[in-house]
Amino acid sequence: MDILLQQIINGLVLGSMYALIALGYTMVYGVLDLINFAHGAILMIGAMAAVTILRLLNELAPGLPGGLQLGIAIVGAVPVCVAVNVLVERVAYRRLRGSSRLAPLITAIGVSIFLQTLAMMIWGRNPIPFPQLLPSAPVEVGGALITPTQILLLALALAAMASLAVVIEKTRLGRAMRATAENPRVAGLMGVSTDRVIVATFAIGAALAAIAGVMWAANYSGAHFAMGFLPGLKAFSAAVLGGIGNIYGAMLGGILLGLIESLGAGYIGDVTGGFLGSNYQDIFAFIVLVGVLMLRPSGIMGERVADRA
Amino acid sequence: MNRPVAAGNTRRIRIAGLAALVAVALIFPFVASPFGNSWVRIADMALLYIMLALGLNIVVGFAGLLDLGYIAFYAIGAYTAGMFASPQVASVIESFVNTYPAIGHFLIWLCGPEIAQNGIHLSLWMIVPLAALLAGIFGVVLGAPTLRLRGDYLAIVTLGFGEITRIFMNNLNGPVNITNGPQGIDRIDPIRIFGLSLAGEPGSGSTVHLLGMSMPSVNAYYFLFLAQCALIIFISLRLQNSRLGRAWVALREDETAAGAMGINTRNVKLLAFAMGATFGGVAGSMFGAFQGFVSPESFTLTESIAILAMVVLGGIGHIPGVVLGGALLATLPELLRHVVEPIQLELFGKVWIDAEVLRQLLYGLALILVMLARPAGLWPSSRPENRPQAALNQEAADETRA
Repeated sequence: MDILLQQIINGLVLGSMYALIALGYTMVYGVLDLINFAHGAILMIGAMAAVTILRLLNELAPGLPGGLQLGIAIVGAVPVCVAVNVLVERVAYRRLRGSSRLAPLITAIGVSIFLQTLAMMIWGRNPIPFPQLLPSAPVEVGGALITPTQILLLALALAAMASLAVVIEKTRLGRAMRATAENPRVAGLMGVSTDRVIVATFAIGAALAAIAGVMWAANYSGAHFAMGFLPGLKAFSAAVLGGIGNIYGAMLGGILLGLIESLGAGYIGDVTGGFLGSNYQDIFAFIVLVGVLMLRPSGIMGERVADRA
Repeated sequence: MNRPVAAGNTRRIRIAGLAALVAVALIFPFVASPFGNSWVRIADMALLYIMLALGLNIVVGFAGLLDLGYIAFYAIGAYTAGMFASPQVASVIESFVNTYPAIGHFLIWLCGPEIAQNGIHLSLWMIVPLAALLAGIFGVVLGAPTLRLRGDYLAIVTLGFGEITRIFMNNLNGPVNITNGPQGIDRIDPIRIFGLSLAGEPGSGSTVHLLGMSMPSVNAYYFLFLAQCALIIFISLRLQNSRLGRAWVALREDETAAGAMGINTRNVKLLAFAMGATFGGVAGSMFGAFQGFVSPESFTLTESIAILAMVVLGGIGHIPGVVLGGALLATLPELLRHVVEPIQLELFGKVWIDAEVLRQLLYGLALILVMLARPAGLWPSSRPENRPQAALNQEAADETRA
């Protein structure tokens, strides 16, 4: 088995999930200058909603093919996440618009804790196993292995990012979003309903997070009330790496971070002579984050340098 | 002529209030311990949290730097006590001998057979300065790369540092065992002041004899923590009104202007990090000795956020407010534990919301509701320069001007 190719495939799978989550951060940051700390919790709610939907399906219509079940779970999880994220924006963030960055950030931390606790009350504090819906036998690609779940994940992420790019570049809503990100007040004067644009931004971000959440649970065969925290944090690092506020940056940053993590965890043992092992995988994202912020705060594709860091 | 009289009155009321508070704080353990030592234990933990909240208040409240990894300094203090007041160093040396014999034998030669056999057992008078020093150094080391970052980015980066600290403590048990990993370090020496062990002498059933009185061990720790809290409050008050304290306020309100007025913003920021970290380190060493055991799971992000919630709830930048916030959020979940769980058992026959869930809910809601309804906290300062709320709305003002 080709280890390098295997790590690259693992990195692409991980990275495409980071990219989906990072898009939610970067879009919200683009229009509101807010780090939506609760975004990781939205991802978790997507996975949990899928768990509940799958349980219901098993009771109401047992024996459906696995692929169909997974499809229904994703389609069902998206509106749940959208509803939660829009509600959070309405209740917690809207009133704090216009205050400095710290007040909404502290609120967002509170929302994140609140949503996690709520999930713990609803779904319990133990990890929930996620059923194996697609065939588990991996496919061999040039000496490396990839599971059907991971292939679906890559395809879904690609499709979601392509449609997002079309929405942002070609539609009226996309133009309104770009205008709002540029300057909310002027966009408002030009007839853009900034409130609606912001709600749409939160909704799109939540939909992408829902897909990422369900696929995350499917890929790692489990869901947990705290599962969204670390992916959320790393996806934020990915958004910063790509240049926060820029959606193509978020996509690129996500994929890059996935590759860095996967290759780093795969080779850190060899590089340090066995002193540090793959259990240090989680620190790569933070090192990337600190490094980018110190050396190039605008990220790879970001343009606005002033006052961002 | 009325004003001085009125001012004198408020002053007198304040002093009376303060005296009453001190009296209650001093009498509390004697009243509470007949109902069970667990109540005094709750108060002990609350005092530790208040120390932490006061330390974080220096960074967040005075200097306006949102630090989400503050618990790392608490962890460093606790692990200092764990390494240097327990048999742990002996097992570290043993682990080196087994993995890298050369380094291991060098360490034995360096430390002598006594330490290699029993570990290092420093006294309180060494542990506290050492914990303060180590935490302070880490504060500067972690603060230095974040100097150029502002506001929200700083928060995320410090959060990352907090997590990295915990990941290292969790994983530094291989290939050479340094921290015992997830199992943590146990058998930490209890605190001993002038030969008096606060855990009670062996065989005394953890009863401490002091000045002809005998009291449970938790009461003895209570008085030690209370004295330390008082000291930290005093230092905080003096800092707030010092030249450095005013420099922090200037930095918080407008970094560019502060720099233009001749404040060395880099040094002043680093000092804020270092001082906040020092308090955290001291509180951590107390925690380690008090529990006799430390493990990485006591130092999760949730704890950092809990301390932030205390500062935010009470009133960012206002010392009495921060003390109030710490006292409320540290004790409320425990008090509610004895109320909410029986009520639920009575009503539904089972416990829906247990105390741990309730604790988290309280922290989350405290952060959200305070920011939405009362951004200056429950007990804001009467002096506007001690209320960062002005800073919270600063950017909006900037934008209007532009």
